[in-house]
Amino acid sequence: MVRSGTRGRILDVVFASATKASAIFVLLIIVAIMLSLLIGAWPALKRFGFYFVISKEWNPVTEHFGALVAIYGTIVTSIIAMLIGVPVSFGIAVFITELCPAWLKQPIATAIELLAAIPSIIYGMWGLFVFAPFFGDHVEPWLSNTLGRLPVIGPLFSGPPLGIGVLTAGIILGIMIIPFMASVFRDLFEVVPPVLKESAYGIGATTWEVIKKIVLPYTKIGVVGAIMLGLGRALGETMAVTFVIGNADRLETSLLMPGNTISSSLANQFTEAVGKLYTSSLIALGLLLFILTFIVLFVAKYLLVRLTLKEGVRT
Amino acid sequence: MDKKKSKPRQNLIDRGFASMQYGGGSAQPLSRPSSLPLKMQVKDLDFYYGKFHALQSINMDIPEKRVTAIIGPSGCGKSTLIRCFNRIYELYPKQHATGEIILDGRNILDPKEDLNLLRAQVGMVFQKPTPFPMSVYENIAFGVRLYENLSKQEMDERVEWALKKSALWNEVKDKLKQIGTALSGGQQQRLCIARAIAVKPEVVLLDEPCSALDPISTATVEELVDELTEDYTIIIVTHNMQQAARVSDFTAFMYLGKLIEFDSTEKMFTNPVRKETEDYITGRFG
Repeated sequence: MVRSGTRGRILDVVFASATKASAIFVLLIIVAIMLSLLIGAWPALKRFGFYFVISKEWNPVTEHFGALVAIYGTIVTSIIAMLIGVPVSFGIAVFITELCPAWLKQPIATAIELLAAIPSIIYGMWGLFVFAPFFGDHVEPWLSNTLGRLPVIGPLFSGPPLGIGVLTAGIILGIMIIPFMASVFRDLFEVVPPVLKESAYGIGATTWEVIKKIVLPYTKIGVVGAIMLGLGRALGETMAVTFVIGNADRLETSLLMPGNTISSSLANQFTEAVGKLYTSSLIALGLLLFILTFIVLFVAKYLLVRLTLKEGVRT
Repeated sequence: MDKKKSKPRQNLIDRGFASMQYGGGSAQPLSRPSSLPLKMQVKDLDFYYGKFHALQSINMDIPEKRVTAIIGPSGCGKSTLIRCFNRIYELYPKQHATGEIILDGRNILDPKEDLNLLRAQVGMVFQKPTPFPMSVYENIAFGVRLYENLSKQEMDERVEWALKKSALWNEVKDKLKQIGTALSGGQQQRLCIARAIAVKPEVVLLDEPCSALDPISTATVEELVDELTEDYTIIIVTHNMQQAARVSDFTAFMYLGKLIEFDSTEKMFTNPVRKETEDYITGRFG
């Protein structure tokens, strides 16, 4: 059967409109979410203004709400998570793609996939019932006896070994983002053309030099993207953090003390929020989280532009 | 392919190649075509991809500061052979070589051999241009930095020297900061040659360096090979017989994992001893 030209053209137009509609749909959703967050948060923002971001007081009884504790907790737990998650995922990916004997590849890859499939609430329970007691009994006392005595960083590691706290939450988060980042890193490293690696090995580079100078530059856009997605997950992760962070609305220097994050505040308090201002303040917290992730994305783009400029001019 | 490890010659006879004079009195190919000083000696080299016996007792003496070409039909083991010379095959599990390759008096197949130093001494250029994802300058400086601690000025001089040596300087001297992958295919390949010679190796392995290039770039690379023999021992793998005839001093003909004949290029192309060589060179098979 010969297809008429008109029919082909119509199909093309339908296809183009359908894909365009899907793309616009995303924009609409993001604008809608942004708007509803803004409207919901408006009473709190009007009442506290910029003070909402810099105040560390969060007191439902006196109706004073400030987000600093939650923002601080969110950022610090995410930083800890990245400090643990990025190097470990990187190590896993390098080992699998460059060094691993063939028979060990599949078991490790499967283990990573299984880790990724564990629901976050399981991580939370494991963190609360198994990891936190162990950490409090064995690791935290050691930390405060060693690192806690050092100048400058000492205050970060002093205080009672409670088990739950900001550091514990950060570590659990780190473990949670490892499977995702490790498998993305591995996929990225595997697309580096073997001949490119061979030529680097061919002038006598070591595995580390090949990774640093060839594999990473070749895959940097993907690597930065994967790190940012991991960071996005760490910033927004709710259940596991809520279990182990202690949910205390106090700003503490020590990482061993309980704290709070934006998402765990929301999870804990939304059901019991009474009064318009309380609810509105919680929505404002959500808005802040949204903005925080926006900033992360923006920084990622900026970093990529800088990296590209550094490696040489493209024509 | 036949995967039997042992008795390669018997296999060939079984498969009907007996008529091609594989057996007989002159089974050992002429492995030393001249009395020139030697750079590399291959002794009873066997190579396996897993169980597949890809190279079968290769014996070959490679003269210093000359161009040695390796020709033969696809899959005959040419590339496999030169991949033994810098042990790049070791990046892949299940590939291994037995026998000896003597470079300056030491056996480089010895497990104790320092691979990084070996690869600095034996440089390699691949079929496809493989510029690193960095600037032209960095592409060359990268390898040099692995071994030498040069000042900025010395490094500039080294980069310029390598680029001049590879006949690329005039084309890229204003684009040193440009990313290497933005050059044309022929320029990229010359960049790879510059990168290989910048670390001042003694042997340069060229694995079909022109197969992805246009005729003009091919001519440039061939001229370059000619000039490089002043300082380097060059081993070039090519499936282009005219190229072998044009650039090389000695030619080795390989077939089905064996070295069939190895002699001066002139003799190989005018008066080969073995019938297979003649058949291949005159285009009767391959």
